[in-house]
Amino acid sequence: MPFIPHTENDIADMLAAIGVSKIDDLFDEIRSEIPVATLNHMPEGMCESDMTRLLTERMPDFKWGSCFIGAGSYEHFIPAAVWDIVTRGEFYTAYTPYQPEASQGTLEVIYEYQSMMAELMAMEVSNASLYDGASAMVEAVLMALRIQKNNAHKILVPKNLHPHYRDVLKSILNYHPFELIEWDYDKKSGRVDVTQLQKINKDEFAAVIVTQPNFFGVIEETDTLTQLIHEKNALIIAVVNPIAMALLNPPGKWGNHGADIVCGEGQPLGVPMAGGGPYFGFLCCRKKDIRQLPGRIVGRTHDAQGRQGFVLTLQAREQHIRRAKATSNICTNQGLLVTAATIYMRLLGAKGLHEVAKKCLENTEKLKKLLSAVNGVKILFDAPTFHEFAIQCEKPIEDIIVAMKKNHLQAGFVLKNNYPELQNSLLVCVTETKRDKDLEKYQGILQ
Amino acid sequence: MSDTPRDLHYTESHEWVRIENDDTVLVGVTDHAQHQLGDLVFVELPDMHLTLEKGDEMSVVESVKTAADVYSPISGTVIEINNQLSEQPDLINQDPYGRGWICRIKPDNLEELDELLDADNYEKIISEEH
Repeated sequence: MPFIPHTENDIADMLAAIGVSKIDDLFDEIRSEIPVATLNHMPEGMCESDMTRLLTERMPDFKWGSCFIGAGSYEHFIPAAVWDIVTRGEFYTAYTPYQPEASQGTLEVIYEYQSMMAELMAMEVSNASLYDGASAMVEAVLMALRIQKNNAHKILVPKNLHPHYRDVLKSILNYHPFELIEWDYDKKSGRVDVTQLQKINKDEFAAVIVTQPNFFGVIEETDTLTQLIHEKNALIIAVVNPIAMALLNPPGKWGNHGADIVCGEGQPLGVPMAGGGPYFGFLCCRKKDIRQLPGRIVGRTHDAQGRQGFVLTLQAREQHIRRAKATSNICTNQGLLVTAATIYMRLLGAKGLHEVAKKCLENTEKLKKLLSAVNGVKILFDAPTFHEFAIQCEKPIEDIIVAMKKNHLQAGFVLKNNYPELQNSLLVCVTETKRDKDLEKYQGILQ
Repeated sequence: MSDTPRDLHYTESHEWVRIENDDTVLVGVTDHAQHQLGDLVFVELPDMHLTLEKGDEMSVVESVKTAADVYSPISGTVIEINNQLSEQPDLINQDPYGRGWICRIKPDNLEELDELLDADNYEKIISEEH
């Protein structure tokens, strides 16, 4: 919009034309007793997340609440610019347009997204995203079964993989001639049971799923697992938290050869928890397996005049061309959410993402320390964790949750519904959004 | 007009078969097929020692526009594959009956070839397609 100034004379002429003597008279129907906000009570310098928190707490008739539930969906601070940019008219669609090359901007965003995800995971290729973490993992399993040449029909599925992911896998693989074998976890460390892996035969399994961190928040020994799994001629499907990968060894670098396929839930990257969705799933692989990678892929190329352009590439694998022979029934992506993730990653940068991950870890360790000092509370597993850990309480878990709710805290995810062996246990998540006073409040109520 | 050598056997799904001196056969896709597909960018080769029934999917040829399955014209075992196609899939465009061969099969029964089309009948079929 061009800025068109009015001269004093212009203003006087306009006021005379409508019969008003001064500009303030135009607003005289606004009552003068309405309080005027001042910024006097704001500190001089403050980062966006602190300011957002402060102003939210100052809102009248609003009780600040704090969520300690993770379990697959994670609360992170999303800079206001992210969704402000996403909801611009140019981006605001949930879909890859059906005349894709006419939308160079959309394709360029997806290309940037793919590049960032591949770098974050230390993999060669990323697709343009899938529906969510669970569906991305099922596609990764189906992909592994197509790549795998050893004719094995078994998949090793950790019990400490997200229960919902295991359910989705069961639902879909139910119609395929494959067998899902449960991989138990070590009750002391919370990690997968390595001896069970050691006992399997060479060529017995097509693929093994490895999570980082696992559902209990525990960090797995991915180098050791990767070596063992590759020795058994099985492929490794890594299911990872993208924020954690800014701090931990990314799957492309696990062991000597890295994971074969990498997938996970993209929600932590700039997408609000929003009661469970919509989210997006990411899926990465090695270049040699790209023809088995489902979903859209955007490539960069040059037109006849040598100008840079972006195109949907390798579409011959896809449903609209290959019909029943397509690599997947999925022929789309979560465009809008990927746009948010791309802008989120771009605004934070590699350093910012690393700082978020570090702060998550620090805060989690702080709360862990506070809670281990509370009588009647036990930290369940002794292996290191990322931004989530399990506790077991002497008091009935239901009472604890009610007490926390009264104080506007969501205490955590109750484990016994999915893990009957873990009675009176809570999975507690702490991200960078928590302040020391939140952690102390949590401890105070538990005491 | 596409090229249809006289000495080969053909299938309705556009594969060709050549009997070699040692009674093994070479298999590829026809000149007509490569014209229809356009520039090939990828060939998924069959695995060595793969045993095939006549009509089994043995390979996939992929162009920028589409991908098509290649079906085995004869029952037998794959004993050689044309690895050059991994680097140069367009050999099929340039020389479909020569350097663009896909694999060599040791047939279970050479008489199976009698069920295939000769050059005249194959040409008749592709002219009816238009």
